[in-house]
Amino acid sequence: MMDMNRRQFLKYLASMFVISLFPLGLTGWAGGLDDNILSTSPQLKRKKLIVLFQRGAVDGLSVVVPYGEGRYYDARPTIAIPSSGNANGVLDLNGYFGLHPALSSVLPLWQNKTLGFVHACGSPDPTRSHFDAQNFMECGTPGNPSTPDGWMNRLLSVLPGLHAPTQAVSLGAVLPRIFQGKMNVSNITLGKNAAQAMPIDRPMVEGAFAELYKGNDPLSQAYLQGQNARKQLMTDLQQHMEMASQGAPSPSGFTDSAQRLARLINDDANIQLVFLDLGGWDTHVNQGSVKGQLANHLSGLGDGLAALVNGLGSAYNDTVILVMSEFGRTIHENGDGGTDHGHGNAMWVMGGGVKGGVIQGQWPGLDTQDLYEERDLAVSTDFRSVIAAVLRQHMLLNDEQLGVVFPTIPQPQAPLRII
Amino acid sequence: MKTFLLSSLICFFSLTQPHCISAAEIPSQLKALHVLNRLGFGPRPGDIQRVNAMGIENYIHRQLFPETIPETPAISQKLNELTTYSLNPNELFEEYGPPPRVNGVSPDPEMAKEQRKRARIILQETIKVKLMRAIESPRQLQEVMVDFWYNHFNVYAQKGLDHLWVGNYENEAIRPYALGRFRDLLEATSRHPAMLFYLDNWQNVDPNSFMNAKAKRSRGLNENYARELMELHTLGVNGGYTQDDVIVLARILTGWGFRGKPKGGSGRSYDFYFNERRHDNSDKIFLGQSIAGNEEQEVEEALDILAKSPATARHICYQLAQYFVADDPDPALVSGLAQKFEDTDGDIRAVLQAIFDSPQFWDDRNYGNKFKTPYQYVISLVRATGEDVTNYQPLIGMMRQLGMPLYECQTPDGYKNTQDAWLNPDGMLRRINFATALAFGRVNINDDQFPVPYEDLLAVFDDQFSSTTLEAVQKAPARLHGVMLLGSPEMMKR
Repeated sequence: MMDMNRRQFLKYLASMFVISLFPLGLTGWAGGLDDNILSTSPQLKRKKLIVLFQRGAVDGLSVVVPYGEGRYYDARPTIAIPSSGNANGVLDLNGYFGLHPALSSVLPLWQNKTLGFVHACGSPDPTRSHFDAQNFMECGTPGNPSTPDGWMNRLLSVLPGLHAPTQAVSLGAVLPRIFQGKMNVSNITLGKNAAQAMPIDRPMVEGAFAELYKGNDPLSQAYLQGQNARKQLMTDLQQHMEMASQGAPSPSGFTDSAQRLARLINDDANIQLVFLDLGGWDTHVNQGSVKGQLANHLSGLGDGLAALVNGLGSAYNDTVILVMSEFGRTIHENGDGGTDHGHGNAMWVMGGGVKGGVIQGQWPGLDTQDLYEERDLAVSTDFRSVIAAVLRQHMLLNDEQLGVVFPTIPQPQAPLRII
Repeated sequence: MKTFLLSSLICFFSLTQPHCISAAEIPSQLKALHVLNRLGFGPRPGDIQRVNAMGIENYIHRQLFPETIPETPAISQKLNELTTYSLNPNELFEEYGPPPRVNGVSPDPEMAKEQRKRARIILQETIKVKLMRAIESPRQLQEVMVDFWYNHFNVYAQKGLDHLWVGNYENEAIRPYALGRFRDLLEATSRHPAMLFYLDNWQNVDPNSFMNAKAKRSRGLNENYARELMELHTLGVNGGYTQDDVIVLARILTGWGFRGKPKGGSGRSYDFYFNERRHDNSDKIFLGQSIAGNEEQEVEEALDILAKSPATARHICYQLAQYFVADDPDPALVSGLAQKFEDTDGDIRAVLQAIFDSPQFWDDRNYGNKFKTPYQYVISLVRATGEDVTNYQPLIGMMRQLGMPLYECQTPDGYKNTQDAWLNPDGMLRRINFATALAFGRVNINDDQFPVPYEDLLAVFDDQFSSTTLEAVQKAPARLHGVMLLGSPEMMKR
C-alpha cells in the first residue's frame, strides 16, 4: 500500500498535476510533508463558500416581493403575495420589499443581519432557455457556452496551498457543470445510506483497482479522487451515523442533507467549496400564492438553510452561502396560474460575516417601459459582480486570481458591500 | 508502464490533431466488439463470434431492419404476463388514476394515497420491460434508438398523471418510429397525453377565446411546450428563432390537447383532442412564413416547417453523431449527415446507415472513446455475464444511485450521453462496487448466481483487453480476476 502511494505520488509530481493524493492524517505521507505548505494561510483556509443553485428558474418576485409596487398586484391577480400587514402577507424586509411567508425560518437571519439579497440580479444574456442560462451561470461566461470549465473549478485552482481531496465537494450523484474542469472535485450523496460499507472498502478489492486505475487518464483520476474523498467522508459520516438515525426523519429531504452537510463541514476542516442544487422551481402551472407548489418548495428551502446555519455554528462566521437561479420569471402570471421564463431575479447572500439586512442593487421597477423586453424584470446587477465581490471580500482573492475565475467582471452600478 | 506511457503519448498526439487526414481504421479484430458496443449495449456470450460469422456489414444491415430479426420468444411471453403493458392511456387513468371528486367533494386523502400506491405497478412494469428488452432483445439497435429518442423527447414520470403514461408513450409514440421518419416521431410525441401533460400544452389557451370568456378562471397562453419543441425537439437553441416565434408557436398550439372531462359525459378521455374553442385562429407569421388561421392544420404546418428546417437536420444529426461516434463529433461528419437528413426528408434509418458508413465511425481514435451512461454500464455488465434476470430491482437501484433513475429525468432535455455528464469520483466508485458484486455473483438478479469465471468473461470479449488491464489483473489474487475485468476501463467505455 505504502509503496504504491509513494509511486503514485512521485508520478503525479513528475507530471506536474497538482493534486493531493491523501486526505490529511490518513496516510503516512501527510506527516512527511512540509507542514508549512499545508498551512500557508490558515485564516484563508478556513474561508468557505457554499453555492446553492435553484434549477428551473425560481420566481424571485415571490421570494423577495416588491409589495410596495402596485404594478406587481396588477400583473398577478391570483398568485401575488398579499402586502405586509395582511393576514398571510409578506414578512416585511424594508418597507417596500417583503419575504414570502413560507420563508419565515430565515427571517431571523435577515434580522440579525447575516442575510441580504441582491435584487434584479442575473445574467446579461437574453436566453430564456433553462439549459443555456444554467450553463452560462455555471461556466461564468454568459454568451459563450463552450467555455470548457466551471467557475467553481477555476476558483479551486486559484485557492492557495495544496489541494486536499475534500476541499471542493459537490452534493449529488453527478458532477455539475460549475465544478467541471481540470481540478479534482469530490462528489457525494448525503442520503440515508451515505456511510454504508461498500465492497470497494475492502483492502483486497481496493488494492486491485488501485493498480488498474493508476494512470493519469480522467477515469483513473476520478477513481483516485473518489477513494481519497470516500476515506475522509466515511470517517466523518460514521462518527455521526448513530446520532443521525436517532432523530426523527425530517419532512423535507433538504433539511436532512443540510444537517449532514453542516456536520461534514465541522468535521472536515479541508472543505472550502460546496455546491448543491435543488429542483422543482419551474412553475408554469398552478404556482400558488401564500400556499401551494412554490410555497411548499420555499418552505423546504428556508428550513434547510436555517438548519444549515444552525448546524454550522461558529463556522458560519467563515462561510458565505449564495443562493441563485438561472433567471427569473415573467411579471405577469400566465393563463394557468403560473409564470413563464423571465429575466432578472433575486440572489441571496448569507454568512456570519455578511453585511446583511439590506437589499442591494438598483431596482429597475415594474412599469412597462422599465421591463426587459416589456415583460420581465430587468437585470441591473450582473451575477458575476456579486460573486466577484464575495470572492474579493470574503475569500480575499486578488485581481489576478479573480481574472482566472471570471475573465470578464462587469462593474456593478453601485459598489456591492458583502462583508 | 511502457505500454501506458506509449498509449498516453498516442492519445496526446491524436488529441492535438483531431482531424488528421491519415486516420487509422479500427483493427479488424476489434470491429465486431465496436459495433456491438455502439449499435447495442455490448456483447453477450457468443455475440462477437456470431457477428464475425455473419459479417459486420450484414450485422449492421439487419440491425437497421429489426423486423427481419426474430424476437426472442421469452420476451413476448414475459410481455403477456404483465398487467398494465397493453392498456391505453384512458384505461390506465380509469384503473389507476386518482379517485374522482364526487359532487365537488375531494376524495379522502388516504384513498388517494392508496390509489397512488396501486399505480406504482405501471412504472415498475414499464421499467422491467425496458431493461428486459435492452438485456435480452436481439434487436439491439432498435432498443438503443428507442432510448435515444425517449431522451430526446423526454417526459418525467413523476409529474402529475405522467406516472400513468410514460410506458405507453414510449411504446406508442416512440417505438414504432424510432428508425422511421423524424416527422412522424415529432407528430406522435406531440399528440400523446404524456407530452401534452408534461410540457403543459393541454392548458395552453387563447386568452381571447370564447372558452376563456366563459371560464370561471381566466386562462391563457402557456409557452412551455412551444419553447421546448423548438429548442430541444427540433431547431436547437441556436436554430434561429426568437421570443416572438415562441409566442406565435404557442398561439398556434392553443387548443392542442386532450379533452379531459367531456361536457355532460361520464369518465375522462385522454385521447388527443383539438379544441377549436380554445384556439387562436388568427393568421400568423411563424419563422418568417405565413400560416393562415386554420385550426388544427396550423400545427401540422408548423411541424412541417420545423421538421424541414436545416437547423433541425443539423441539431438531430449532431446528437446522433454524438451518441454513435464521439462526444465532440467531427463537424464534417455532422454536415454530411444533415445533408442526408434533408435529402431523405428526415429518414432516420438512412442517417444511421450514413453514420455506420462514415470513416469517422471506423476511425481508430473513436474506438472505445464513449464513456458509458449508468444505463449503458449496468446493462452491458449484465449482458456480459450472460445471466438471466428475474429480479430487476438491484439494477434499478443502481441506476438511481448513479444519478440516472429511469423515466425520472426531471428536465425536458433528457439524460446526456457524454463523459462530462457522467464521469465523477462517486460514480466511479459505485460502478466498481457494482462490477465487484456482480462478478462475485452477489447482485441478487436471479436465484442461482455464481461468481463469473474469468476465462468466460475473456471469451465474451474475444480477449480484447489492453495489456495494462491484463497486467493489473495478473498482479491481483485469482478470485478478483473476473471482478477486475468487469470493473476495467474497457467496460466503462464503449
